[in-house]
Amino acid sequence: MSGFPLLTATAVLPALGAVATAAVPAARRAAAKWLALAVSLGTLVLAGLVVARFDPGGARYQLTESYAWIADFGVRFELGVDGIGTALIALTALLVPFVIAAGWHDADPVPGERPAGRWRPTQGFFALILMVEAMVVVSFAATDVFVFYLFFEAMLIPMYFLIGGFGDRAHAAGEAEGAKQRSYAAVKFLLYNLAGGLIMLAAVIGLYVVTADQLGTGTFSLQRITEARAAGELTMAAGTERLLFLGFFLAFAVKAPLWPLHTWLPNAMGESTAPVAVLITAVVDKVGTFAMLRFCLGLFPEASAWATPVVVVLALVSIIYGALLAVGQRDIKRLVAYASISHFGFIVLGIFAMTSQGQSGATLYMVFHGISTAVLMLVAGFLISRRGSRLIADYGGVQKVAPVLAGTFLVGGLATLSLPGLAPFVSEFLVLVGTFSRYPAAGVVATAGIVLAALYVLLLYQRTMTGPVDKPEIERMPDLRRRELAVVAPLIALLIALGVFPKPLTDIVNPAVEHTLSDVRQTDPQPELPAVEAAE
Amino acid sequence: MESLIGLLVAAPLLGAAVLLCGGRRLDRAGHWLGTALAAVSFALGAVLFFDMLGRSGGERTLHQHLFSWIPVEGFQADVAFRLDQLSMTFVLLITGVGTLIHLYSVGYMEHDARRRRFFGYLNLFLAAMLLLVLADNYLLLYVGWEGVGLASFLLIGFWQHKPSAAAAAKKAFLVNRVGDAGLAIAIFLMFTTFGTFAFGEVLAAADGAGEGTLTAIGLMLLLAACGKSAQVPLQSWLGDAMEGPTPVSALIHAATMVTAGVYLITRSGAIYDAAPNAQTVVVIVGAVTLLFGAIVGCAKDDIKKALAASTMSQIGYMVLAAGLGPIGYAFAIMHLVTHGFFKAGLFLGAGSVMHGMNDEVNMRKYGGLRRHMPITFVTFGLGYLAIIGFPGLSGFFSKDLIIEAAFSAGGVRGWVLGGATLLGAALTAYYMTRVMLLTFFGEERWRHRPTATPAEPDVEPAAGRGAAAPGRASGQTAGQAAGAAAEPHPHESPRVMTLPMIVLAFGSVFAGGLFNWGEAFVHWLEPVTRFEHPHPPLPIPVITGATVAVMLLGVGLAWLQYGRRPVPVTAPRGSLLTRAARRDLFQDDFNHAAFVSGGQHLTRSLVYLDHTVVDGAVNGTAAAFGGLSGRLRKVQNGFARSYAVSMFGGAAVLVAATLLMRAV
Amino acid sequence: MNPANYLYLAALLFTIGAFGVLIRRNAIVVFMCIELMLNAANLTLVAFSRMHGNLDGQIMAFFVMVVAAAEVVVGLAIIVMLYRSRHSASVDDASLMKL
Repeated sequence: MSGFPLLTATAVLPALGAVATAAVPAARRAAAKWLALAVSLGTLVLAGLVVARFDPGGARYQLTESYAWIADFGVRFELGVDGIGTALIALTALLVPFVIAAGWHDADPVPGERPAGRWRPTQGFFALILMVEAMVVVSFAATDVFVFYLFFEAMLIPMYFLIGGFGDRAHAAGEAEGAKQRSYAAVKFLLYNLAGGLIMLAAVIGLYVVTADQLGTGTFSLQRITEARAAGELTMAAGTERLLFLGFFLAFAVKAPLWPLHTWLPNAMGESTAPVAVLITAVVDKVGTFAMLRFCLGLFPEASAWATPVVVVLALVSIIYGALLAVGQRDIKRLVAYASISHFGFIVLGIFAMTSQGQSGATLYMVFHGISTAVLMLVAGFLISRRGSRLIADYGGVQKVAPVLAGTFLVGGLATLSLPGLAPFVSEFLVLVGTFSRYPAAGVVATAGIVLAALYVLLLYQRTMTGPVDKPEIERMPDLRRRELAVVAPLIALLIALGVFPKPLTDIVNPAVEHTLSDVRQTDPQPELPAVEAAE
Repeated sequence: MESLIGLLVAAPLLGAAVLLCGGRRLDRAGHWLGTALAAVSFALGAVLFFDMLGRSGGERTLHQHLFSWIPVEGFQADVAFRLDQLSMTFVLLITGVGTLIHLYSVGYMEHDARRRRFFGYLNLFLAAMLLLVLADNYLLLYVGWEGVGLASFLLIGFWQHKPSAAAAAKKAFLVNRVGDAGLAIAIFLMFTTFGTFAFGEVLAAADGAGEGTLTAIGLMLLLAACGKSAQVPLQSWLGDAMEGPTPVSALIHAATMVTAGVYLITRSGAIYDAAPNAQTVVVIVGAVTLLFGAIVGCAKDDIKKALAASTMSQIGYMVLAAGLGPIGYAFAIMHLVTHGFFKAGLFLGAGSVMHGMNDEVNMRKYGGLRRHMPITFVTFGLGYLAIIGFPGLSGFFSKDLIIEAAFSAGGVRGWVLGGATLLGAALTAYYMTRVMLLTFFGEERWRHRPTATPAEPDVEPAAGRGAAAPGRASGQTAGQAAGAAAEPHPHESPRVMTLPMIVLAFGSVFAGGLFNWGEAFVHWLEPVTRFEHPHPPLPIPVITGATVAVMLLGVGLAWLQYGRRPVPVTAPRGSLLTRAARRDLFQDDFNHAAFVSGGQHLTRSLVYLDHTVVDGAVNGTAAAFGGLSGRLRKVQNGFARSYAVSMFGGAAVLVAATLLMRAV
Repeated sequence: MNPANYLYLAALLFTIGAFGVLIRRNAIVVFMCIELMLNAANLTLVAFSRMHGNLDGQIMAFFVMVVAAAEVVVGLAIIVMLYRSRHSASVDDASLMKL
């Protein structure tokens, strides 16, 4: 409580930066870019401080802040992070500078097209990205359900404009059709998530009513509710708890996205620019899975256990279905989107396996998937910007003319298929082990997902990068530029480093997972032969 | 001494990192750096080996714990190494043969613009393979397991501009991934059963677990082994993998990586010993594969594919031996090592031939090369004698022991397995003699070759091959690409290539006898794999005699067919069996029918369903709301009096509702 | 006299006004009918004030009168403007209240 409000600062800095970036005059586009980059790097420093000040062995929620806000409804602006929140704030702050650097020219005015009126697309683009970052940080840090809800929903506004307002001009049927598709994708994104959010709003109000009913004063405080539930002061009828759980879960399942609520993602990722697609899948969607872990499990343990079988099945369907659809895609970005759906299936599976390996794995998965998808998607974006097409069939033999681009693309792909030695392997294996130890059949089905992952990644690589160079556009294709390499290389280094030595991250995450598991009153299944070491 | 183990892996890993990230600056010296680091690894292995010899049998196992890799509650995965006699054997084989093949590649890849990267990949392979055999737990083994798969992928597809190479690389990785999934599931099972997956603890506790669990683990491990070692039913990738440069085929797809499955089964011996059903499946897989590979090998005209089929068959021998339990483990490893020598030698010889023949691989277009490439001929010939089991050479000892062990399996099983191994030996002699005769003897069919021979299914036309080697002999490449089929000028390869071949030939000749001297090899491995003497139902000299007899039979048959009369340059249509074998006994047709076409239909229909049903439901809902609001909009017609009606109506309803509520 | 009779009268006046609003087309007449409804409401307020013996209802009636006066000003102005532009005071001639 005492001391510098670090979490608030981490959120306020990008928010202020967004305002400042938006205010940069139209003629000074470059200044706006550098300002945005500087702000995001500053946020990264603050997030680094959050990680440094977080003590894995300490209290569950740390760096807590609490300010009176809407006293009448028991809403307080409460922030605090556990290990999971810390890891995800770090991921967000880490990725945004790369997103900004990768999208350096994405919002430049098209030569020959005069920008209309006072609309300053470049400034707007970077301001919106920073705005999203600010809101995501608050979402990860909020320990008040109402505050979380507010920012969870508010995030939709800047995202809507980022998806609908900026595209990669690589649509097969021309720019007019592209604009139409973009606006369709943006509206679909907004409506899908709003629908989920509205259901959640009802559940939030329901939660307030329940707490007001039993605790005397209504509250949205996560800690207060968890403690009251543990102490037996707050009991919910099974039916009420399940309804409230479903209300929360649906919103998160849309955001995550879980089959069959996934169809907005391919549109949104396909139509937006690659950096925005990274922002969607690597950062914004993680709020959904994070919230399942923190709010669904933390607030409604019994209902979570009740829903587990269905959720596990949905997660499995997501894994296999997403992978199969990725195999069948003809559009690079939509392929990555379906691959992400498959990966989100893994994350949800790990969460609802209710084992420490599964949940630690799921948390690590969120972080590692963020980084690996960023590599794959950003390199795909660089590729698309060179050729002006998103169709896989328009490529072939890129490896010969642009070996570095092909190499980084391959590394991103290998990370996506969870090659050991790269970070995603650690998380995927943990999720699978954790799932298998509780639901062997589910574990086996999910393992089939790793074969399919190899299929879609390698097919993509084979079709785009290998073979003879038989298209003139590809013959002239330049290799990665210095800026682009500077974006991708650190991320790849991080993938390798965390794949070999993930301990710093697991140390942060493990205690938080133990807390969550004790919330849902689950213990790990024990091995059949626990006395092995004694026998030796 | 323990601290050296990590360096063993680190040296080639460093080489890979430097060569792959170093950029063009390293183009001039990169290959020597890669070779030097492989040699460093070999030297370290030798130091460790002599150190190990200095200690008594029980104290030879070394452990090195580097750091805790994935620490999660109840799940401890460490980066830790274990160097015992079994891993030591592999270390020496991998680094020894590896160094030789690095050296060979210096010459073989000389004209390839991307030679630096080739050496980077080779070093990456060495590091992964060493990690595989040195790992102290199954998870770390899995890392090496997929690591070698990656290296194999990169090297098979090294000439990526060839669609066939890229497709072969993908196929290899995918089929291996199926096996990897098996290994992953085996690890899950170990974790849920034993709470750990470290070798020491799992293998010590294996006896105590239920047989059903152990059988499941055993079968999953076997699946992994099938993928990596190209055993039936996951054998289909190995033939295509010959798209890679020949040194790759020698190192990865003959001597080391493909034998990893045998290592895995031998390492997990304690599990198999307690799960006889799993062992039976292992033996069946081995026997089927050894015949499968041998039959395919008899029909192939592509020298590398013939050798690849032979590799598959020989690994079948090893798997079969490993499935026999303690009577076979040591023999499996012994055959693995001798096979490493002679098969690597044979592949290097094949590479040398291709080097001198403008990358022609069709043996029907060779012939009489012994006069032009004497060193290649002699080394290849020694490898040939070794693989067919000519008495006194390496293959004779190791294969004969496996055949004896197979007969000792007991009862009908013993006779069936023994018969299969004998039949395999005859077939081996037949197809290897065929390769030998077609390549080095007979008339020089590459002279005055009629142009543009029609392509038959298995053999690619010279033009395709010519385009295969970038940068090499560009003038000839262009000539071949034009279909002009310039006459090759076979010549002996440079010394940097022949030297490794000579060394490997020495291994092919002497290794078997050396290993069998007072059962030295068996006793060396005994602390790890245990050993029981096989007791065949026939006297050993009878079996040995039978082995030699079937070998001579195979050689004789091949000579009758290919040695006595001229060989047509275009393959005759052949019998039904020949045609089937040429198509790899329809393995790809089967896979295509069973998985590929079904999978394609599935994904296509899912893509369609996702668009129409799942997304259709969403868009349908949206459209329904749109339609509804269109209807509702009509109520708002702009006439004040119509609004007034609805106002009054609404008020009336409200009043009525209030009154009703009061009344109730 | 029974104060309830005032309520009956008010109800009658209100009904007449409401029907007038719905039936008549002439904006002036509609307007007058609205006034009639307002005054019916006023009458009710005053009647209740009398029945309950306090002044609240009468105060409310004054408020309503003020509002009604203001409404007359705005409403008549609208009608005059409408008449000027359309040369008709019929409410059905204008259906501008939609998008």
